[in-house]
Amino acid sequence: MRFYEFESKRLFGKYGIPLPKGSKVAATPAEAKVVAAEINGPVVLKSQVLSGGRMKAGGVLFADNPDQAAEAAKKILALEINGHKPRGVLVEARAPIAQEYYVGVTWDGVARMPVMIFSDMGGIDIEEVAEKHPGHISKRHFSTLMPFSDFMAKELVAGVGLSGDHLNRLSRLAASLARIFQAHGLTLAEINPLARLDDGTFFCLDGHVDMEDDARDTQKGILKDLGIDPEEKRQARPPTSFEIKGAQVDAADPRGVAGNVVEFDGDLGLVIGAGGGSLTLFDAIRKHGGKPANYCEIGGNPSVSKTCELTKLILSKPGVKKIAVMMNVVSNTRVDIVARGVIKGVIESGQKPSEKIAIFRIPGSWEQEGFKILEHYGVEYCDRTVSMFEAAGRAVAKMKA
Amino acid sequence: MSLFIDVEVDASARSNADLVKKLVEVCPVNIFAASSGKLDIVDAHLDECTLCELCLNAAPPGSVKVKRLYGTKDVLVRQS
Amino acid sequence: MSILITKDTTFIIQGITGREAVNMSRECLDYGSKIVGGVTPGRGGRDVYGIPVYDTVRQITAKTHVDGAVVAVPPAFTRDAVFEALEGGVKLIVIVTERIPRYEVAQMVELAKMRGARIIGPNCLGILSPGEAKMGGLGGRAVDAKKAFSKGYVGVMSRSGGMTTEMCNTLTAAGIGQSTAVSIGGDAIIGSTYADLMPLFEADQETKAIVIYCEPGGRMEAELAKYVVEQKSRLPIIAFMAGRFMDEMPGMRFGHAGTIVEGKADTTAEKIARLEAAGISIAERIEDIPGLVKKRLGMDGK
Ligand code: SF4
Repeated sequence: MRFYEFESKRLFGKYGIPLPKGSKVAATPAEAKVVAAEINGPVVLKSQVLSGGRMKAGGVLFADNPDQAAEAAKKILALEINGHKPRGVLVEARAPIAQEYYVGVTWDGVARMPVMIFSDMGGIDIEEVAEKHPGHISKRHFSTLMPFSDFMAKELVAGVGLSGDHLNRLSRLAASLARIFQAHGLTLAEINPLARLDDGTFFCLDGHVDMEDDARDTQKGILKDLGIDPEEKRQARPPTSFEIKGAQVDAADPRGVAGNVVEFDGDLGLVIGAGGGSLTLFDAIRKHGGKPANYCEIGGNPSVSKTCELTKLILSKPGVKKIAVMMNVVSNTRVDIVARGVIKGVIESGQKPSEKIAIFRIPGSWEQEGFKILEHYGVEYCDRTVSMFEAAGRAVAKMKA
Repeated sequence: MSLFIDVEVDASARSNADLVKKLVEVCPVNIFAASSGKLDIVDAHLDECTLCELCLNAAPPGSVKVKRLYGTKDVLVRQS
Repeated sequence: MSILITKDTTFIIQGITGREAVNMSRECLDYGSKIVGGVTPGRGGRDVYGIPVYDTVRQITAKTHVDGAVVAVPPAFTRDAVFEALEGGVKLIVIVTERIPRYEVAQMVELAKMRGARIIGPNCLGILSPGEAKMGGLGGRAVDAKKAFSKGYVGVMSRSGGMTTEMCNTLTAAGIGQSTAVSIGGDAIIGSTYADLMPLFEADQETKAIVIYCEPGGRMEAELAKYVVEQKSRLPIIAFMAGRFMDEMPGMRFGHAGTIVEGKADTTAEKIARLEAAGISIAERIEDIPGLVKKRLGMDGK
C-alpha cells in the first residue's frame, strides 16, 4: 500500500528525519493560506495524489505570500491527475538548495535481503543514475537477523566517495530510513530528493513509502497514528463499485477465494482461477480477440454459495452476454462444487445455464461428478484434453456467433 | 429449495437425540441442526454437501440418504 | 532420478492437525511418501492417518532421521515453525503457508543459508518427483496426481502451483515425463528461485530439459537468464509467460503477491527478450511446450 507524500513525511518525522519548515497538509484554500502565513515566506504547494507525473500535470505550484498560496491551493485541489482526486495539498517552506541526494531502502528479490541505495545525484530517476552514472550510486545489503548497525549506513554513503561532515549527517539519515523500513513492514522507503541547504543541514524534500499488505495487521498502531484507515485499499486506480462488491463477496464467506475482481468493459464475464491460471486465461481470451468484462481469481475450493454470488455479480454487470468458467487442472478446488456454484448463480439470475455459460473448462479433482451436473443442465464443458487456450477460443467464438 | 442435493433422514433417526447430535457434529457444511432434540435439515446449506458420507457412516444403515438431483439415480446410502 | 526428493526421503509435517494439512498428509501417504511424524504443539500423542503427532520437532529428530519438513501453520506462526525445523537440523523445508510478511521470509531464508538448508516457498504447493514421492499438496489426491504427472526427463519449475500441474499434465499427455516438478511459490521473496534450483537439475543425469512458468514482476527470470549464460547450462529451457496483459496496466496487482509491473524490467515483454537472448525458448501457449521440448532435444524427427 502506497503512502501519500504527507503520510510518508509524517512517518519519517517520527524518526527524527528533518522535514521542510511548516510541512502541513491542507484540505481547503483557506487552510493553505493559514499554513503559508505560519511559514511566513515563499512556499511550495504539492497535490497529494498517488499518481506519478504530478509536476508535469500542474500539481506542484509555488507562492510567495498567503494569498497566492490560497489561489494555488484552489487550482491544485480542483485538479484530477490520471483519474486520481488529490487527498489535500501539502504546503511547505521553499528554501534554496545546494545539492540533491537520493537514499532509499527496498527489497532485493535475488539476494533476498533488504538493500540500501544511495546517490549524490538526487531528484532524478534512480534507475537512470544506475545506468548512466554507476560511479554515483552505492548499494549495501543488510541482514534481517542481525540488528541494524550504523556502520552499515556509513559504508553505504562512503561508497560514492563522500567524507567529512556530510558523510556523518547523511549516514545518520540513511540509518534512520533503514530502521523505519525494518520496523514497519515496508517494501520501499525512499527520500528523493534528499536536499542539502547552503548551511550544511539536510532534509527530506519528497518521500515515498510502500507498505506490504501482509504486514498491515501488525502495523495497525502506526497506521492509526498516520490517520490511515486499516481497511483502505490503494490500487493503482480507485476501485469501481463492481470491484467493491466483488471484494464483499469474497469477504462474506471464508471458504475458499473469489478474489481480485477487477472490472473491464467487455461483454464476456469470467469466472476463472487460480492465480497463474487466471493470468494465462485472461491472455488467451485477449489473444482470441475476446473482450473480458472482468478479471477474477477463484481457488482454494470456494463454497457453492461463494461461486454463486460471484456469478450473480458478474451477470448483473451491464453488457455481460455470457460467462466463461475456466481453470487450470485443479487438485484442491473441486470441479463439481464450482459447477454447482456457477449453475446456481445463473439460475438465481433468472437465466438458463446452457445459454449463459459459454464454456466450462475445469478438469481435475471430482471432475466426473462435475461433468454429470454440467450434462444435466446442458452446459458445454471440456476435459483436460482441451487446452486452456482452446477453451478460451471456444468461448470467444460463441460470443461472435 | 436446493438444486443439487437432497438429504433424507427417516423418522426414527430424526427423533433420536444422540444420533441428531452426532449428525450435527460430523457434517462439515452444517446441513443438520438440532431444535429441542429433534433434527432439522437446513435447506440453505444442502447444495454445499461435499458427498463426504460422514453422515451416512454416523447413522444406522439406511436411515440417512443423500440424493443427487442431477440425473444420477444412485443414492448415497450406507449399505451395512 | 529426481531432485530434492525420492521415495526414501523422510519428512515431517508441521501443523499436521490443521484441516488442509490432514488432507495433504493423506495425499502424500497415498502417493508413497515417507512421513515420519507430525508436529502440532499441545497435540502430542495423537495420530493422523497413523502418523504420530508430537509437540516439538526435536522429539522426532531425536528418534529418527528427518530429511525434510512441510510447514503448514498459520502465517503468524510460520517463522517460528521454520526456525524450529532449521535448528532441529532439517535441511529441506517446504513452506505452504501464504501471506507471510516479506521480512520474516527473508529471516527464514537467511537462517537457512547459515544452516546449509534449503527452503521451497512460501506460498507454494511443494515438490513432486513422479513415481517417487510428493512433499506438499502439489497434484492433489494421489489418483489425480498420477493422472497429471509421469516419470521422465523434464524438470519443471513454476511460480504458480496450479500451472505446475497444468504443464505437467500437458507433458504427460504428449508422452513426456518429468524428473521432478517444483512449485517454487508466488511471493516476491522465495526460498529457491529458478537459478537456485538449476544446479540440482544440472547434476541430475536423467534431466534433459527444463520447463518453467513465468509471470510479470521481480528479477527471477533475469537471474535465470544470467545463470544460463554464465554457467553454460547443458539443459535447454522452455518458458511459458503468463500475464502479458499486465504490461499495459502498471501498478495493478493480479495473481500472486509477487506479480506486479512496477518498472520496465517487470514487464513480460522485457522478460521474454532477456530469456530469448539467453537461448531460452518461449512457448506462446501451454500446448506448444511438448513440441518445443522435443525440438530442443532433436527428437522431432527433423
Ligand atoms: S455427505 Fe457429508 S456434507 Fe453431505 S450431508 Fe452428509 S455429512 Fe454433510
